[in-house]
Amino acid sequence: MRYQRPSTTKEAALLLHDERGSAYVLAGGTDLLVRMKLGHIEPDLLVDIKHIPAMSALSHSAKGTRIGAAVSGAQLGEHTKIAKAWPGVVEAANLIGSDQVQSRCTMVGNLCNASPAADSVPALIAAGAKVAVVGPNGRRTVAVEKIAAGPGRTSLAKGELVEAVILPPRSARSGDAYLRLTPRTEMDIAVVSAGVNLTLERGRIKSARVALGAVAPTALLVPAAARAIIGTRLDDEALERLAAACSAACHPIDDKRGTIEYRTTVAGVLAKRAAKIAFQRAGGA
Amino acid sequence: MAAVLVSTTINGDATEFSCPANESLLSVLRNRLGLTGAKEGCSTGDCGACSVTLDGRIVCSCLVLGAEVEGREINTIEGMAADSDLHPLQANFIEHAALQCGICTPGFLMAAKALLDRNPDPSETEIRYALAGNLCRCTGYDKIVRAVQATAKQLRQLEKKKSRRKKA
Repeated sequence: MRYQRPSTTKEAALLLHDERGSAYVLAGGTDLLVRMKLGHIEPDLLVDIKHIPAMSALSHSAKGTRIGAAVSGAQLGEHTKIAKAWPGVVEAANLIGSDQVQSRCTMVGNLCNASPAADSVPALIAAGAKVAVVGPNGRRTVAVEKIAAGPGRTSLAKGELVEAVILPPRSARSGDAYLRLTPRTEMDIAVVSAGVNLTLERGRIKSARVALGAVAPTALLVPAAARAIIGTRLDDEALERLAAACSAACHPIDDKRGTIEYRTTVAGVLAKRAAKIAFQRAGGA
Repeated sequence: MAAVLVSTTINGDATEFSCPANESLLSVLRNRLGLTGAKEGCSTGDCGACSVTLDGRIVCSCLVLGAEVEGREINTIEGMAADSDLHPLQANFIEHAALQCGICTPGFLMAAKALLDRNPDPSETEIRYALAGNLCRCTGYDKIVRAVQATAKQLRQLEKKKSRRKKA
């Protein structure tokens, strides 16, 4: 195995593209190095992106928020302005693993590892986040929900890598929230999760996005759930419609962490709770 | 396997080593540099026995490659005591019997120090969250939490004394 430390994203893309064997991006390594240790993968090349300035950059302004692919969960959590504008996204990212893991893990790694239970992904989808993808032939911008193609698989082509997460400009009277269900409060993997992001106008929900995790092969954007609450003041009836739309969108697996029936029901419950928190954060009564 | 030559700083000392590109920092510390304080528990980032700091942040050294630490600063448990004077955390772990078999202890001490360095007055909940990445199968955690609380209190009192002396 070879280890390379390029200084530009383009150079990283070319290294990944030109490698004949298996090539992987190394950011925090909290998933990658575990998979190597367990013998699930045997890379021929690791491309460490932590020396690429655009990957380590973290910026927040009226134009939007850009979180580089090498920014750790701990660094993100320390950025008080981003945490204030996007508490749901930052809380979701900070739920991943221990302090030791937070020092190293990245949201883009969480996204590209493509676990259906990835904590930051439903929050990012709800936020309407996009990612900047760079390949040997140029760059493109892709919605977060288009990246995971199935458990452990992404839609990225050979030689493509994500440079940063881009959050849209934050409008006034907006709020987001992410909740997950785990048997243990720390160091655990979501059995079900839900992210809600909404904006109010004169006390009513003007726009919303709802996303679910761990209830399908990839995290889901649930437009019907958003429609259930848009135009409302998040009254009980709207919340019930939201929960029903979320449960209807689920197609989870049965496993040791939760049954199909349980996950389907809890998805609705978590979406309701997350919507209430997002509504309150947006300044709703 | 191509060997990588790395220059780094460990416990304040400039250090050089070479290792295969896929070798973990934990293995470098233990098997190449003779720093056996960091322990190998799970090797998958779950138990925290191999905790060290990398540029001041607590990490599992099993989830860091030796190749990645070029130009960085590492601190290990070997650097915690000042010669024969134990760090207050170490003294309090003994005082409160916060260890039994001792395998997890270096990791707990490093994680607890990382916590107190950024938060001198943590609540019990904050301590338990900060140490959630460290597993102990002997103590049941309570004695560890008490030792960290006692240390935090002592260090705060020391700071107060220092600042009073400065004013005077």
